[in-house]
Amino acid sequence: MMAEELLRVENLKKYFVTNSGLLHAVDDVSFSLGKGKTLGVVGESGCGKSTLGRTILRLHEPTSGKIFFKGQDITDLDKKAMKELRRNMQIIFQDPFASLNPRMTVAQTIQESLLIQGIFTKKDKAGLEKRVRELMDLVGLSPRLINSYPHELDGGRRQRIGIARVLALNPEFIVCDEPVSALDVSIQAQILNLMQDLQDSFGFSYLFITHDLSVVKHLSDEIMVMYLGKMVEKAKAKDLFRNPTHPYTQALLSAIPVPDPDFRNDRILLQGEISSPIEPAPGCRFAARCRFACDKCKGGDIPLKEVEPGHFVACVLSEDMNQGGSR
Amino acid sequence: MGSSELIRVEDLEIHYETDDGVVYALNGVSLHVKEGETLGLVGETGAGKTTLAKGILRLIPSPPGKIVGGKVFFEGEDILSYSETEMHKIRGNAISMVFQDPMTSLNPVMTVGDQIAEVIAVHNPDLGKEELRERVIAILAKVGISSDRIDEYPHQFSGGMKQRVIIAIALACNPKLLLADEPTTALDVTIQAQVLDMIQTLKKELNTAMILISHDLGVVAQTCDRVAIIYAGRIVEEGDLRDIFKNPRHPYTIGLLESIPSLTKETKRLNPIKGLMPDPTNLPPGCPFAPRCNYACEECSKAVPELEEVNPGHLVRCIRIDSVEEVR
Repeated sequence: MMAEELLRVENLKKYFVTNSGLLHAVDDVSFSLGKGKTLGVVGESGCGKSTLGRTILRLHEPTSGKIFFKGQDITDLDKKAMKELRRNMQIIFQDPFASLNPRMTVAQTIQESLLIQGIFTKKDKAGLEKRVRELMDLVGLSPRLINSYPHELDGGRRQRIGIARVLALNPEFIVCDEPVSALDVSIQAQILNLMQDLQDSFGFSYLFITHDLSVVKHLSDEIMVMYLGKMVEKAKAKDLFRNPTHPYTQALLSAIPVPDPDFRNDRILLQGEISSPIEPAPGCRFAARCRFACDKCKGGDIPLKEVEPGHFVACVLSEDMNQGGSR
Repeated sequence: MGSSELIRVEDLEIHYETDDGVVYALNGVSLHVKEGETLGLVGETGAGKTTLAKGILRLIPSPPGKIVGGKVFFEGEDILSYSETEMHKIRGNAISMVFQDPMTSLNPVMTVGDQIAEVIAVHNPDLGKEELRERVIAILAKVGISSDRIDEYPHQFSGGMKQRVIIAIALACNPKLLLADEPTTALDVTIQAQVLDMIQTLKKELNTAMILISHDLGVVAQTCDRVAIIYAGRIVEEGDLRDIFKNPRHPYTIGLLESIPSLTKETKRLNPIKGLMPDPTNLPPGCPFAPRCNYACEECSKAVPELEEVNPGHLVRCIRIDSVEEVR
């Protein structure tokens, strides 16, 4: 059964103008996200995953394409309407060391959005403080920290502030942009559990952006793999790990070092590095590093094909490959 | 552990004396590495991993840092007693280090060729210009950089390529010991795989021993022979790769392994270690992990447990290992 659709993105493109040409950061990405579900977005530095998250929230203006939130087309909403809408759409940023105002206390940071959105007024000190304390309790911040400044806190606690300020507005949709990658593993696990608990209690939908495949597998219902602005593969989390079909996904999965000395991955070592996203050549963007690349790959846009129910791959070889097992 | 022992660190103690008090960074660390062996040193931020590596090379900035006690034997010689001139001959030559951040550890106004040549020239003052350049080209080839990039500057290289340059500098004089401080942390996974693969190949070729510092248990499991887990400036567990990953005994090691989401198994919920790392200026009495430990008892906070051998070569610093075993 499909969950009710909360967000739908159609052919979203975000190009940046640079001195050396157009940078295709997000290039023709479409997906839909159900209520209470998590869509993981994985890819390496520069693949456009953060730009995607920000463009959906219209922190970047899309170049073309449509964004629907609860059925409403929000692509062209004006500033005022967008501000209203952002109560429902929030973002947790990657770096808890850079995303908090160093001159604001924990309480000030958390209550800022409540004041901006007019949920509380400055006069209602008691109400505000009560709500801030509630939120701190929810994310596991000790009440004694209410007047602390960010520099007094460690990364895990700072990220909890980032989460508390997002929760303050009771959003339905949260973009999580690498929320745990700056944290130590023991703290990372605490934050991941917290995010899961909050999703269970409040029914949030997450767009979970990360480069860490084990994290994304753990949290996501569906996973989308991006390479140089393009979505190359999308599938249910289980299917993606069971049957990775795009050669890039295969290489990506095989490159993860597994914390088990008996686990010997036949590593597919990719040659070379990610090419430039500025004015990319037509055809598959991965072709230059792909073991299977042939002339067909350079022919133009590679459409997404459904290789099994709900499992989409953008590769001209996807059919042959699927027949021959994963390689 | 006979003749082939390359380095032995004994009870190394390093403190930083700051205005806010003394930071107890290393509190008696002992370890050893044999020729050609790779030891993984695993711990979280602030555990003392980098301090240990810098301590071995005597690169601790002083003040505020201070080597308070302990000995470092390299090929049987106590290098902590060496003069600065003698140390200079070792650094980058017999022992070299790869620093964590490839973006900031190269000199931006020197070509990569000159930066590699610098270390070779320092340790081989008799080499002529031509020979020097040949050596640089040879080492660049080893790390997979084509020789026509020798006169380029660091900003022209990507992160992965910069890290290759740094590794080239570290290996330029065929060191016996390489201290690699999170060499791939700043890199993407596919690039990390390339760099790790290259380090492994070169290590074998040159028979270099390595201390690989990492917080990534996956990287360690795929690269190392032995592993030491460090917490609050003390080794809490040490053993063969299999001891640590298949039969971890210290509650912290167990906790670390359970904190990582698994790629191979289905887990509904992670099992994190509660609480935070202790403040190194104010370490708790007794076992520093006790406040976060599910198995701790009163006894734990009385004295720091000794590192005891539970199996040959498998050392654990915990007085509760028997009850840990029962509960698990």
